[in-house]
This record gives sequence, structure tokens and C-alpha cells, in this order.
Amino acid sequence: MKHLLSINDLTYEEAIQILDTAQELNRVSDGPMKKLPTLRGRTIVNLFYEDSTRTRISFEAAAKRLSADVINFSAKGSSVSKGESLKDTALTLQAMGADAVIIRHSASGAARRLADSEWTSGSVINAGDGTHEHPSQALLDAFTIRKHLAHEERDLRGIKIAIVGDVLHSRVARSNVLLLEKLGAKVFLVAPPTLLPVGVEHWPAKVSYNLDEVLPEVDAIMMLRVQLERMSDSFFPSAREYSRYFGLNQERLAALKSNAIVMHPGPMNRGLEITAESADSARSVIVEQVSNGINVRMAILYLLLAGEM
Amino acid sequence: MNSADISRALTRISHEILERNSGSDNLVILGIPTRGAHLSNRISDLIAKIENKPVLHGTLDITLHRDDLRTRAPRPLMPTNIPKEGIEGRDVILVDDVLFSGRTIRAALDALGEIGRPRSVQLAVLVDRGHRELPIRADFVGKNLPTNLNQSVKVLLTEVDSKDEVVVE
Repeated sequence: MKHLLSINDLTYEEAIQILDTAQELNRVSDGPMKKLPTLRGRTIVNLFYEDSTRTRISFEAAAKRLSADVINFSAKGSSVSKGESLKDTALTLQAMGADAVIIRHSASGAARRLADSEWTSGSVINAGDGTHEHPSQALLDAFTIRKHLAHEERDLRGIKIAIVGDVLHSRVARSNVLLLEKLGAKVFLVAPPTLLPVGVEHWPAKVSYNLDEVLPEVDAIMMLRVQLERMSDSFFPSAREYSRYFGLNQERLAALKSNAIVMHPGPMNRGLEITAESADSARSVIVEQVSNGINVRMAILYLLLAGEM
Repeated sequence: MNSADISRALTRISHEILERNSGSDNLVILGIPTRGAHLSNRISDLIAKIENKPVLHGTLDITLHRDDLRTRAPRPLMPTNIPKEGIEGRDVILVDDVLFSGRTIRAALDALGEIGRPRSVQLAVLVDRGHRELPIRADFVGKNLPTNLNQSVKVLLTEVDSKDEVVVE
């Protein structure tokens, strides 16, 4: 593994290896060893063309716990606002000796473009490209599901997961469907028809327009953020109607299996796709997803950067 | 070494550890995975039997502290289990199967330094094959095996290899 661009590039074994490594790192960082010398001397660049809180900070924390040097770059306040291209920015970073570039970009395929180019010799990690993929998020979601629901199993065989909401604009959903299916889980996509992408029938997932039918069947429910910033048309009549049909509230929470968990990749629109009570309920693992994210990203950085380069 | 030799060596090492440390009260026995961890379990059991009370023990994975990470593909991580009492002020016995260059032990000392400050660190190994690259020595040795650099020493243990044996190839 040199890059992490898409879940499609990962084999089953590689995916399991990332989860297992994250599990050991979890034990180490829960314990007494907070800082590890493993990536001392490696330089990692956070190249963020889109706003992000969780992902950028999470990668930064992961890199720092492994003693790598981190350079943060965000498009706002950089030469990008003067019109610098991805290529020129990448060449600059290469000249500064970046061993890895973690890139988030609004264009689908930006990470692949960077990895396939001669612009940088380091590893490229996709931290979200347009509406395409967000592999590290899918890995941390799978890690969280495995921790809660797969008793001592290595993969997610037999576990049922509903992904609910704005699938059309969601790179998280795309990566999750691919990964969860790879690990043996059964995935339901629940959304209004307007928020499902063209060709969704070819995805390895079952599509439903009715959340209440799916609820009692699943072991985990993943609410997606309604991405208002990507919506130029109206995809549903009103926010109120959306939350009535596709929002997670107290009644729907009660309809879930007793051990089912509630997930959300963040940031949440409280009151739209998820009510505050559901987000803060005992079944919610939303905050834990964030801390698991650091361990999963440490595992990714370790596996990509610790070895021979 | 055959199964009986290994068993006798571990029994002697257990007695030596107890003698040196005047009992097991202040000990933490940490094995380095994979085979060092199994040996440390055996030594802990022996010490518990001799002293008639359990002794603190665990495992210490040193992969993240290795100095040769960059020379090969990333290694899978092994479990680290430090007893919840910690190592602060205690006498830590590191256990490994073969002592060779000494680099594993250097990494283990670094890893220990992250966890706390033991009163002392001692090293027990089943086989010392020589060829040290660092100023490191073992306190308790099962057997000194003079080897050539091109030979390899294999320690087989029933827990993972279905038999106990040490072979030089």
C-alpha cells in the first residue's frame, strides 16, 4: 500500500489489517504511551481545499501522536486564493519534502490525480474528494461497528446497517457501502429518490424509501448530513417534511433493536436529519467515532509511512 | 535444546530471578511478543508456583519503537498488556526468546521509558547467540549458543509451533 485513495483499492486483508492495527493502537493510546516515535522525521502535509474540523484535526492528532511533523495548508488564506493550481501547490510541497499529502478537495478524483501525477513522490491519502469517496471515514465507521457489534469476529459478517439520508452528495456513504460490503455486512440505503445517485441499483446495497420499514431490522443506523451547501436545486419540499420522513427521532429510536447503535459522520444538522435527543442518547456512538478516528488514522499513517518508502 | 532442556532452563531462570530480587513482590515480568510473551507466561507461572502467590506479568510490543522500520514492509502490531499496577518503581524483567543484535531490547527500553520509570530493568532470554551490535547484555540466560552470522536460531514453543525445541540452521 502506497496511497489510500479509494476503498476499491483495498483488499479484504488490507482492510482487516488497518482495523487490527487501529485496535492495537487504541490499546496503546488508552494506556500509558501517548506519544510514539514511529514516524519521527517524516513530514505530513494536510492539504485542505474544503473546510473541515474533524478530519483535519484527527489526521493532525494521529500524525503528532506518531511524532511526524505536520504542515497544515488550507486553501483560504493561501496562494490558492490568488489562483494557484493544484499542480503548482503540489510541486511546492514536494520541494519542501513532504512524505505524505493528505488531501481534501471539492473535485471528485482530485486525490487520484495527485497520486498518479509526477508532482509528488510521497503517499497520497484521500480525505474526501467531492462526492466521490472518504475512505478513512469508512474505515473508522467499520472500526466502530466492529468494536460494538462483531463479538471477537474479524469482519462484519451478518451485521445489518442502514445508511440514511443524503446519499447523493455523500462520499461517506459511497466509501461505507463499498467497505461494509467487503467486510460481509448487509447495507440498506434509505433516502428519498431525489437524494439517491443515478446507478444506485448497481451498488452492493438494498435501497428503500421507507425508513420505518428498515428500522427494526438493522444493528446500526448511520445518519448522513443533509449537505445543503451542495444543493442548488430543491431536493425535498421542506426541511420539516424531510425530518418527518427521514429524520431520526425518539419514536424511531425506540423502534430500533435493543443493542443497535446510532452513528453520524458529523457535522450534524441537529433538528434536521437527527434530533438532539437521538444524537445525545445512550445508543449514540457519535463522539466515540471521533476518538476511534484518531486510532484508525494512526493505523493508516503507520501502514503507509513506517515502512520502506 | 529439546523440550526437557527448555523446561529446566526456565525453571533455573525463575529461581535466579527470585534470588536476585529477594522474592516476587516488586516484580513485573514483561514478555516481548510473540515467543517472548509465551516464555514470560511460563516463567510467571513457575514463579507463582514457587512463591505460592501470583506475580504481575504482561506483554510489551516494541514494533512502534524499532529502529529498522524503514528497511522493510510495515509489521503487524502485537498486543501490549501492562498490568494496571504499572511499572513505576518496580523491578521489570524483560523476557525474549533469542538475544542477538540487542536492537529489540534497545527498543523495549525505549518503550518502557514511555510507560514509566522502573527501579530496575533486567533481561531474561532463552538463548544468547552473540553478535551484539549494542552495549546490551542479558541477566538471565537459558543457554549460550555460539553461532555464525549466517546461521539462524529458531525457537519453537508448543503454544505456537506444537513443540518445544531450539534449532540452529
